[in-house]
Amino acid sequence: MNASAAQQPDFDRRNLDWYIDKFVQALVFLGGISAILFIIGIFVFITVEGFDFLMGRFDFVEFFTSPWWEPTDEDEPTYGILALIAGTASVTGLAMLVAIPFSLGAAIFIGEFATGKTREFLKVLVELLAAIPSVVWGFIGLSIMNPLIIELFDVPVGLNVLNAGIILGLMAAPIMTSIAEDALKAVPDRYREAAEALGATRWQVVYKVVLPAAKNGLLGAVLLGVGRGFGETMAVLMATGHAINIPTSIFDSVRALTATIAAELGETAQGSDHYGALFTIGIFLFLITFLINLMADLIVRGVRKQ
Amino acid sequence: MRKSLIALLGASLFSASLSLSAANRVLIQNKGSDTLVNVAQAWAEAYKKVNPSVAVAVSGGGSGTGIAAMINGTVDIANASRSMKKREIQRAKAHGINPKEHVVGYDALAVFINQKNPIDSLSLDQLAQIFGRGGKFTKWSDLGVKVPGCPSDEIVVVSRQNNSGTYAYFKKAVLKPAAKKGLIAKGTYRQGTRDMHGSKDVVDLVEKTPCAIGYSGLAYATDHVKMVCVAQETGGPCVKPSVKTASDKSYPIARPLFMYTNGEPKGAIKAYMDWILSDAGQCILLKKGYAPVREVHCD
Repeated sequence: MNASAAQQPDFDRRNLDWYIDKFVQALVFLGGISAILFIIGIFVFITVEGFDFLMGRFDFVEFFTSPWWEPTDEDEPTYGILALIAGTASVTGLAMLVAIPFSLGAAIFIGEFATGKTREFLKVLVELLAAIPSVVWGFIGLSIMNPLIIELFDVPVGLNVLNAGIILGLMAAPIMTSIAEDALKAVPDRYREAAEALGATRWQVVYKVVLPAAKNGLLGAVLLGVGRGFGETMAVLMATGHAINIPTSIFDSVRALTATIAAELGETAQGSDHYGALFTIGIFLFLITFLINLMADLIVRGVRKQ
Repeated sequence: MRKSLIALLGASLFSASLSLSAANRVLIQNKGSDTLVNVAQAWAEAYKKVNPSVAVAVSGGGSGTGIAAMINGTVDIANASRSMKKREIQRAKAHGINPKEHVVGYDALAVFINQKNPIDSLSLDQLAQIFGRGGKFTKWSDLGVKVPGCPSDEIVVVSRQNNSGTYAYFKKAVLKPAAKKGLIAKGTYRQGTRDMHGSKDVVDLVEKTPCAIGYSGLAYATDHVKMVCVAQETGGPCVKPSVKTASDKSYPIARPLFMYTNGEPKGAIKAYMDWILSDAGQCILLKKGYAPVREVHCD
């Protein structure tokens, strides 16, 4: 509004521009809070669907300590997710062992050593890698890794913790690289300059100064990778061998929590105990990934504030 | 669903009197058992010629999928290789659906092993101890054989996902009786079975894996896997799975195949069900490797 309008208090400002302005403001506000609405909406939805089971058949001790997931047994259905948790945890754990060296190395190289075009090129490449659909990774696990593992290790079946762990590690690495690189970038240049002024070599600067200063951000990157591992479905469904099992070696087949929901949900009667149990797994997964992400976010934020 | 079907039927009858157009075709939704899906597709295909005004949409997914869809009211005919459980019937009734069971054929449940495996016959008890929880056979050497190409000696147990009718039938016919006899700890599968999502996947994995053993409908047998001759008692005479041994019930693990409709079938669905049970329908079933419900003469 211009100055003359401001001097005339009874001037009606509600012209078309005013309405558009208000409308766009409301729209942007909605967009801004939509993430919160969606999260609450999703949580309410899965809780409502799982409610009957949670209030009825659900047995906390059985659910978390029994390795027997037999929701369709006619006489005595059991709903134990211990073996499924073990499956998810073993695959995610191995994935982190694969992803942490890869992503840290890549982040340190991109952030501290590479310069100019190399650096830009690598950054684009990492982002590209992050955009590969998970079903493609699953396919690689199924058709390339599977025969390779059988051949190399002389095991009967190549769909196992090792296969899924490597696949998931490669999937999580690009995202972890991006976040780790951000964390390294957040370390002020004066730290590096001070270290170099004291006669430190490049590696000494990275190892003694930059990494300790960025450790929270790096931890955040790892946690986000773990969150990704817990939530990943398609690749894990295809590469784990789909066997409910508490693994004793990396060559054992397992089944993940997510894969169980994906494989069984479409095939249960709505409102049945089995259906509710799957939603209860969903609630559990939601809470776990929410907590992991929240923790990662708080840690990363803590770094930025320094 | 039923209302809309009746409306559709009424509309199609009305327009049929004026002119028969493709847009007014009656659509029958048919879903379920993976064991039955091939023959269900063949029926749907052949029925096009019998009655061009009816289209049958067939999909698989497992008996549990079909039964769940029937309970949820999204299909007209559910295929199942096991009968509906009490709980499922109660649930269906609560949804206002009254499932009616029709036996449309019989199937021998074949046990498959890799071609390299020297085993010829297994008894029901032995099968239970391979597949069941707490069963004592976990290595091929426990059964007194050495399988070439299987250095780990481990028995790779291939099973099906838990909504499969084949999974449920094998459990009921092999594992539950063995548990009653005290041969295995509980009438259910052992931990760590590879749960395949279709009968064909079971056969494929057994074909590729020398250490493996799996089960599926006889119709999924190929020349690349070996079928075990199954004996009622250990050491007793064994019977090879075939259409004939499934029909005369001499094969110990043969099972009826079901189709479920909501109440007594009417109209187009009744006509379709009647045709399936006619000689023409049963001959298609026979050709696909299943046993017909009665003796039929096919050319």
